[in-house]
Amino acid sequence: MSETTLTSAADAASPARPRLAGRGALIGGIVLLALFAVLPPAATAMGDPFLVVTATRIVIFAIAALSLDLVLGYGAMVSFGHAAFLGFGAYAVVILAAAGIDDLLLQSLAAIAGSALFALVTGAISLRTKGVYFIMITLAFGQMAYFFFVSLSAFGGDDGRTLQHRSTLFGAPLIENDVTFYYIALAVLAAAFVLLRTVVASRFGRVLRGTRDNRVRMQAIGFAPFGYQLTAYVIAGALCGLAGVLLANQTEFVSPAFMTWQRSGELIVMVVLGGMGTLTGAIAGAVGFLVLEEVLSGLTEHWHIVFGAIIVLLVLYTRGGIAGLFSRLFGGRA
Amino acid sequence: MTNLLLLQALNGLQFGILLFLVAAGLTLIFGIMDLINLAHGVLYMVGAYLTATFTSLTGDFFIGLALALPAALLFGIVLERLIFSQLYDRDHLEQVLATFGLILILNEGVKMIWGAAPLSVPIPDILSGSVPLIGPMRFPVFRIVIIAAGLVTALGLWFLVARTRIGMLLRAGATNAPMVSALGVDVKRLFMLVFGLGAMLAGFAGAMVAPILSVEPGMGNNILILTFVVIVIGGVGSIRGAFVAAILVGVVDTVGRTFGPIILRSLMDPSAASQTGRTLAPMLIYILMAAVLFARPSGLFPKAGAS
Repeated sequence: MSETTLTSAADAASPARPRLAGRGALIGGIVLLALFAVLPPAATAMGDPFLVVTATRIVIFAIAALSLDLVLGYGAMVSFGHAAFLGFGAYAVVILAAAGIDDLLLQSLAAIAGSALFALVTGAISLRTKGVYFIMITLAFGQMAYFFFVSLSAFGGDDGRTLQHRSTLFGAPLIENDVTFYYIALAVLAAAFVLLRTVVASRFGRVLRGTRDNRVRMQAIGFAPFGYQLTAYVIAGALCGLAGVLLANQTEFVSPAFMTWQRSGELIVMVVLGGMGTLTGAIAGAVGFLVLEEVLSGLTEHWHIVFGAIIVLLVLYTRGGIAGLFSRLFGGRA
Repeated sequence: MTNLLLLQALNGLQFGILLFLVAAGLTLIFGIMDLINLAHGVLYMVGAYLTATFTSLTGDFFIGLALALPAALLFGIVLERLIFSQLYDRDHLEQVLATFGLILILNEGVKMIWGAAPLSVPIPDILSGSVPLIGPMRFPVFRIVIIAAGLVTALGLWFLVARTRIGMLLRAGATNAPMVSALGVDVKRLFMLVFGLGAMLAGFAGAMVAPILSVEPGMGNNILILTFVVIVIGGVGSIRGAFVAAILVGVVDTVGRTFGPIILRSLMDPSAASQTGRTLAPMLIYILMAAVLFARPSGLFPKAGAS
């Protein structure tokens, strides 16, 4: 049960974290995806089609949070620069569009390749360090990417750039339709969920989890964690890059603001509050985070203060995020 | 050219000194309490706002500063009692989250109290002149005062840490806090003191920049990241490391922005050089950090016996 060992001392002092895992998480994930799938007709029925636009945003951030969960929850790497990959994906769209390549698949391919390369290089350097150094060096690489795009005056620099139109699919403007686009994003989310569950359950995933739980022991039985962690970091980066492609198409606007360190922090909040190391938790966290943001910003101009207070209180008084809260409330079987 | 270099080096030194003031508290807090405090930049912002408020109330920068410092100390201690003291035994990830939430609260709180528009604090008359450097260049007195005040603070901090009983406890606490506690030292009080001191130093940095920068919500966010770069390059927990790294980062950043394009221009054609220079300059310190960590994963002055 006690699977989180970011710092063993802190964990020894705290009780085992309750969390949704295994079958519970799978069912939870399927339920969430099913709810997403019936949302557009439900929104039309309720006479609020704008809901689909918000839901698309949620789905896209769920993909990003999912990718971070692989790094954070399974790899025990607290990456504080994950939003950089969102930016890489988003800029792949504008840069290729400027070069006359509008195809979503080609853009996605470029985003995945670019993000994977960035993840490979920065991950290889970052993984030389541990603990707090890792947090800070990933933060620094994220900032580096941020400033790179800020100074990229050909693409609007600090102000960003508006997309002429959404990407095309098979040469047709298929995703101009909000509902079609929503279902494409949802399909990516579902595929990512299945992919990551497979990755986590594989031998590779076991080594990754073993390293998270006890690095020294894994090394003692003959594994070199570096390659496994780096691979996980690259997979997560590539997936988040793909989320960036979708995000650029959703907002039809790209700017370095996509990749600020605050955005990286928000992704961490989603994963941790949803319950990390469960995949389902990351999706739930993205839903919770963005719905809360939507509701609070509708209520008051100063919603940040309420939001911050909720985060602080959740960290101080719950363990294991929303998922942990659920398991405890309902006497959860893990 | 030499003049410009000297001017930029001085500007870099002044920037480095400021970074050191913020970084010193952060590195102490991390080294001794093993706490990552993302909200440390907010303390810098609060220092600047307190100074702005007290200065406009009293009409005098020095009285404003004298009132702002104890207020920043008190603010730090209240935060420590309310929130940070509950985070010491949590893992780093939870500390990151809680302090991230705290940033949201305090940035928004500042916006609610003082408004979103930037405040400005006038430079006090006695310090408003400038002194000649070589040739036609001049350097503002106020920036010299910042450098001097920072150096005096650094010296005082060194004295406190290296030569006093409290400093001895701090060093012992950084090495092995449970042992210090077992020897009968009130670690809780020690932690509170360290936190208050860190808050006051960050507040002091905020106070000193209030007259030369605009005081606005979110001003702590950028300096926070730079401070992280500083303490990681210097070696987390090391004040000496923080000092060296802060000056290094300050000078590299400032000089790099001016001279990067100039140096590049001798290597490639001017338009490409200015674009590359503009792209590279803000990334320079992060490249520096990556290079340092690549060579020395625990920074320049790693804590002895750290795992």
